[in-house]
Amino acid sequence: MDNMQKYIQTLAPKAQFEEGGQYLTTTIEPDALRKVATGLKEKGFDYLMCLTGMDYKESLGVIYHISSSNPKEKETVIVLKTSTTNREEPAIPTVSDIWEIATYYEREAYDFYGIIFVNHPDMRRLFLREDWVGFPFRKDYVVNDEINPVPTKVPDPDDYEAVPSYSLNKEGKLVKKTKSLFENKDYIVNIGPQHPSTHGVLHLRTKLEGEIIKHIDPHFGYIHRGIEKMCESMTYPQMLYLTERLDYLCGTMNRHGLCMCIEKAAGIEVPARAQYIRTIFDELTRIASHLIGWACMCNDMGSITAFIYGMRDREKIMDIYEETAGGRLMVNYYVVGGVAQDIHPNFVNRVKEFIPYMRKMIEEYHTLFTHNPIAAGRMKDCGFLTKEQAVALGVTGPSGRASGWSCDVRKIAPYAAYDKVKFDEMLHQGGGTFDRYMIRLEEIEQSLRIIEQLIDNIPEGDCRAKVPAIIKLPAGEYYQRVENARGDFGVYINSTGDKNPYRVKFRSPCLSLVTALDPMCTEQKIADLIMISGSLDYVIPCIDR
Amino acid sequence: MEVKDIKIKSMKTEDFKDNEYLQQYIEELQKDGLNIATEKLDDLINWGRSNSVWPFTFATSCCGIEFMCVAAARHDFARFGWEVTRNSPRQADVIFVSGTITYKMAPVLKRLYDQMAEPKYVIAVGGCSISGGPFKESYHVVNGVDKIIPVDVYIPGCPPRPEAMLYGMMQLQRKIKLENFFKLPKKPNISNGQTEGGNK
Amino acid sequence: MLELDKLVTLIHSTLADAIDIEWLVKLIEYVLIGVGFLALYAVLALILILLERKICAYFQCRLGPTRVGPWGLIQPIADMVKILLKEIIKIDKTDWILFKVAPFIVIMGSFCTFGALQFGKGICGVDFNVGLFYMIAISSLGVIGILLAGWASNNKYTLIGAMRSGAQLVSYELSAGIALLTMVVLSGSLQLSEIIEGQAKAWYIFQAPLPAFIAFIIYLIAGHAETNRGPFDLPEAESELTAGYHTEYSGIQFGFFYLAEYLNMFIIAGIATMVFLGGYQPFQINAEWAEGFNNIMAYIPTWAWFFGKVFGLILLSLWVRWTFPRLRIDQLLKLEWKILMPISLLNLLLMSVWVLIF
Repeated sequence: MDNMQKYIQTLAPKAQFEEGGQYLTTTIEPDALRKVATGLKEKGFDYLMCLTGMDYKESLGVIYHISSSNPKEKETVIVLKTSTTNREEPAIPTVSDIWEIATYYEREAYDFYGIIFVNHPDMRRLFLREDWVGFPFRKDYVVNDEINPVPTKVPDPDDYEAVPSYSLNKEGKLVKKTKSLFENKDYIVNIGPQHPSTHGVLHLRTKLEGEIIKHIDPHFGYIHRGIEKMCESMTYPQMLYLTERLDYLCGTMNRHGLCMCIEKAAGIEVPARAQYIRTIFDELTRIASHLIGWACMCNDMGSITAFIYGMRDREKIMDIYEETAGGRLMVNYYVVGGVAQDIHPNFVNRVKEFIPYMRKMIEEYHTLFTHNPIAAGRMKDCGFLTKEQAVALGVTGPSGRASGWSCDVRKIAPYAAYDKVKFDEMLHQGGGTFDRYMIRLEEIEQSLRIIEQLIDNIPEGDCRAKVPAIIKLPAGEYYQRVENARGDFGVYINSTGDKNPYRVKFRSPCLSLVTALDPMCTEQKIADLIMISGSLDYVIPCIDR
Repeated sequence: MEVKDIKIKSMKTEDFKDNEYLQQYIEELQKDGLNIATEKLDDLINWGRSNSVWPFTFATSCCGIEFMCVAAARHDFARFGWEVTRNSPRQADVIFVSGTITYKMAPVLKRLYDQMAEPKYVIAVGGCSISGGPFKESYHVVNGVDKIIPVDVYIPGCPPRPEAMLYGMMQLQRKIKLENFFKLPKKPNISNGQTEGGNK
Repeated sequence: MLELDKLVTLIHSTLADAIDIEWLVKLIEYVLIGVGFLALYAVLALILILLERKICAYFQCRLGPTRVGPWGLIQPIADMVKILLKEIIKIDKTDWILFKVAPFIVIMGSFCTFGALQFGKGICGVDFNVGLFYMIAISSLGVIGILLAGWASNNKYTLIGAMRSGAQLVSYELSAGIALLTMVVLSGSLQLSEIIEGQAKAWYIFQAPLPAFIAFIIYLIAGHAETNRGPFDLPEAESELTAGYHTEYSGIQFGFFYLAEYLNMFIIAGIATMVFLGGYQPFQINAEWAEGFNNIMAYIPTWAWFFGKVFGLILLSLWVRWTFPRLRIDQLLKLEWKILMPISLLNLLLMSVWVLIF
């Protein structure tokens, strides 16, 4: 890490380094940003994990969490920070040509904070409507239903297509240019926002030529609830309840991430019993989520029976949840310092019954669907994503591993009880639809393996550490990654020492998955788009937050 | 007609809550005088309509997963004849508003509702669509879907259990069985101490 | 004993006795036949809808309709009441004449084919000398209705659905037609009653086991594709095109498409039964020792044979429908033009040689 510090120093002599942080943290001037970013990319930091917009009251800034797709040591993350004091026209150079996924992340920062990224090709809002007034995440934003009432009209399709971009002229002033995304003669089909197979309210404006897809322009924000903004006015335990509603299919894992982030910041030691229980619950959730992913993908391909089979087996997990935690979909089980209550006496037995049952059912899935000639014929040779593309777009989780990118956070930065169990990180090299399909079923088997190792060895003791009634985090920044069923889920907390956080950011793995649709589906058929989006298994509320 | 005359197979009137509300609804209807001659025909029509309510596949977030559970093997709403989920709003009878409705989604939902053919019913599923739920304070969430479209049945929960959804659907059946075909559309104006779900 | 042809003759003779005027008798009979067929059509559709919902539920570890009537038996009637009274939406910017006509064309095509089916000995609407040809011809009318519906709705999804359906139906019509032609070579007649009479001793599928069996399989696949049902349900691919070509239809107009879809399944099974499985002919073993068995088989009424075979084939079709995922459009066309079509042409040749030799 020291040599990285020296390297950045040579690129940007004015760079300031923070001491004692979790990661190597550097503050640089906006002018030096592109130089440092390019330099880091050359040194192998090719994975832009997270891009966070910030409002420091006197200035607006951006925080980049950058990591490597092929870490030599355990976990290497570099945090870059930059800011500008101009609140009227805050301009920061774009890094969208260095890390491709920044195209979308920067649009998000523009949407929330009004930060203009110079030379960014597409400076539209990402979540809110184009006619929204103001930037809601700024600290001086006032919620006013008269300025921004509930809209009554669906916007004209042409409004979606005017793409502004900004560049600096010779005097250093911002110049706005607008171009149109599609031409008049293009055949555009709106898939969504209400469509049976967009897995939520996603809006894909798809340019077609006959049945063949030429371009996809995704629109988000139909389920943007402003969770991050709401978190800023909540205490830490209150925030927990919103994390499960981000990506409801891996609720416990998201909550685990936030819990760990708070525990790490507050210095709370979680008892071993709670760690084991959390790991088992996480893996059960992963199985449930992969089951829904598998079921929905089959449904998208027209096999409704397979869908019902997946849902049937998921109910078994719901039963286990219900007995211990009381909830079905929203388990509400993890709290800061451990778990809410001890496991039910039946828990161990039911989980043990479930493991052989699930193994038998996976065999059935293979018979019913995987070995079906039509299904196999459709999934093979279709929807490829190379490893380079996956890294550039930050496609993590099962989809990234299907492209050959070893990106499992459970292996890179083990948490909870993951360092005590043996499991394989499933890797495929093909990057096709069939690889993504198979990897989910294989991961279910690995999850069963993890549960099998833990279930008999849950240590005795407390399931919850003693936590002060009002949790206050020491001032600073905290970042925690967990591996949820869709990939690398990150929680960023910026605390000023108060009982509320100053800024919370959730890194959603699903946004990358949707952005990967365009490169994967171009020149494929509509039916493939539906199937490929099923194989990516994204959850829209996780993107929109 | 009284509440106890509404028949739902293998369910007693006492098994249901909010019977007073339905009683008020009936009285409101009877004020205009039900035509006796058409009552038998009404019964037949209402029997058909209440037993063949095809839902529209609509889900924005979490509650949609529980809606899928209702459709799947364990809970199986096919028993009620509701399993013919239609993807086109033109052919659907009921829209389960399952999930949060945001400002950006609101006009889309309104349009979907307008595209449905009469008779159409709305069930607000879960806290978010009833009142905004956990996201009530947000700048981008509609606090209650009844601000945009009229709601027939509210199913509370976050998300409601599949059993609660089945119960809500049976409540909707009871409501449909009170309809008077020859005097449609009729949305009585009842304030039951809560927000009024009428046309706004 | 349980034959219905006696009933038909009885009605005719009673009417002829009561009324002297010949044309009036004929008129009354035509009306009776028409009403009878309409009723049968509607009842069969209801039965098929219930059957599909129940059977698919059992495939999926569910129960299916149970609450309307005993075991949910009158569930489709409730659906019918509902759909009859559902609002028919008038949509702006549609080609409204075509929009209104389309469902009628679809249902007409299927009803006209239905009328030519031989339900039992002596029970049929018409018995042309070119009956089979008529059936192939008239059942293809449906595709025009689907194309019109897709075009007139002024909706991109319906248009894609209609185009898919056009490509699909026109392609599969070919191998279905050739498969039937193969059997015409064997039977030597296009008249349905003659085709069925020719199978009194043994069904055609047993008379020329190899080519007839190949033709039977090809016809089942192609026929299944013509009914637009999974895995060939591309025109209305729910997860891709919302509801395909009938996205914009509501109420009874949608009901027509819905009915026609189910009845087409029946018709395809009916044609397959008549041409390959002996129609209403009972199962007979052509050997002396089996005389008792043959008599027992012959004792079962012909209409029961017909419906038994048809529902057997429908069960097969449902099984396929609820097991397989959907094909993609290029795979669908490849299956037809590169596999089914050459095989059926070769099979036609094989059958001609077979007929010459045996």
